Amino acid sequence: MTIKGKAYIAGIYEHPTRHAPDKSTAQLHAEVAKGAIEDAGISKDDVDGYFCAGDAPGGAWPMVDYLGLNTKKLRHVDSTETGGCSYIIHLGHAAEAIAAGKCSIALITLAGKPRTGVMPPRAAGAEVDFESAYGATTHNAYGMCAMRHMHDYGTTSEQLAWIKVAASHHAQYNPHAMLKDVVTVEDVLNSPMISDPLHRMDCCVVSDGGGALIVTTPEIAKSLKKPLVRLIGHGEAMKGPRGGKDLDLTYSAGVWSGPRAFEEAGIAPKDIKYASIYDSFTITVLMQLEDLGFCKKGEGGKFVADGNLISGVGKLPFNTDGGGLCSNHPVNRGGMTKIIEAVRQLRGEAHPKVQVKNCDLAIAHGTGGLLGVRHAASTAILERV
Amino acid sequence: MSEVKKYPAPVTNPETAAFWDAAKQGKFMIKRCSACGEAHYFPRSICPFCYSDKTVWEEASGEGTIYTWSLMRKSPTGPYAIGYVTLKEGPSVQTNFVDCDLEKLKIGQKVKVVFKPTDGAPLPFFTVA
Repeated sequence: MTIKGKAYIAGIYEHPTRHAPDKSTAQLHAEVAKGAIEDAGISKDDVDGYFCAGDAPGGAWPMVDYLGLNTKKLRHVDSTETGGCSYIIHLGHAAEAIAAGKCSIALITLAGKPRTGVMPPRAAGAEVDFESAYGATTHNAYGMCAMRHMHDYGTTSEQLAWIKVAASHHAQYNPHAMLKDVVTVEDVLNSPMISDPLHRMDCCVVSDGGGALIVTTPEIAKSLKKPLVRLIGHGEAMKGPRGGKDLDLTYSAGVWSGPRAFEEAGIAPKDIKYASIYDSFTITVLMQLEDLGFCKKGEGGKFVADGNLISGVGKLPFNTDGGGLCSNHPVNRGGMTKIIEAVRQLRGEAHPKVQVKNCDLAIAHGTGGLLGVRHAASTAILERV
Repeated sequence: MSEVKKYPAPVTNPETAAFWDAAKQGKFMIKRCSACGEAHYFPRSICPFCYSDKTVWEEASGEGTIYTWSLMRKSPTGPYAIGYVTLKEGPSVQTNFVDCDLEKLKIGQKVKVVFKPTDGAPLPFFTVA
């Protein structure tokens, strides 16, 4: 049993807002749902599967009700919560449900306003008394990974900076990007140190906003007007300190989710024309590129240097919307926008300045949680038909 | 550094109460599985490696080396250094480094446990040995 080719992404929508003090979170979910439904050219009454994560106010049943979904038809829901990669996991789960005949048109939504207000805290795990006092935030949890990666492999701040530089080259063409200025390696190194060894420009933006997807059967996708993009491989995985044994913060759960996805797709990293890689921090990208097999472990620094991730310049164009480092990071969760830009590339709808020629195979990969503590990862491999 | 930082009191639960009771005596405890011999942290009743329920408390030396660290410079409560320490007994534990020059921390550096008071049981931290 495989999901290869059994589900198509027929609708995408990314909210243009980056700051939404005048809107409710539920409203943003409705706006992105409407956008994706219209992009697909279907009716909201056709939706029979709904997927959301921890950002959806109240969870699945309040959202299904608020969104006015057709409850006579809706027959599959999934509120898997794995932080920023929830939506990449949802994409795989939607494909599984479609392949099993449990739904035929799935809607996945993400939206929220961390730039406007404080986000609710994550529910505590069994580790709470043994960790919460130490103040693990995103910045220092990823900083710990970068520090050890530098120690073990000689990775440098200059190499990490190239990831931000590449993102900024792409963001200059995105009218909605929060940070549109092209930056240099020196700019990154001269930005203030936030949590060693990560500088401010190693960090993604904080933005309001959201995005949504419509995932459907091959038959329905072919009856619609959009270029055909299908899921051919999917993987998910989790990683934590597991009792403190053999701690190694230089790799992520992507070492497991990636090979699972590539195996299902029957392709290799060298076949990928465009990569959407979650960029909560520059180190996140570097580690994930290694974990996914785009280069050997420890060689990520060399791989990303000298513009190798810049579209039209390097070998692996990445995050051509500017990504989380420059464009947006709705709800502090980058998974949704990674899928959306990959679909744009496969459809040929990316900005002409960053559109990858003959883009027929793309990857969308992300993590959720804290890379240096506990996290999930998910990988989706998408193909233009 | 002279300002005393307020740390939250552990809530504790039946599975971990013995750890916090020992902490009040200045002892840093880990759990070891008598079936597979592996030590782990934070303490669980069921061994996370072999699923035996024969886990026993063991007083750790409190000595270890820095596996990694990061100095958080933008914090409303002032800079603090998070990290992992690999204990002499094996497991690596998440912690903060205290009572030392946070700008000069190094991977591989020797550190030792030090307890800081809360309104409940004291919390383990590490400082340069």
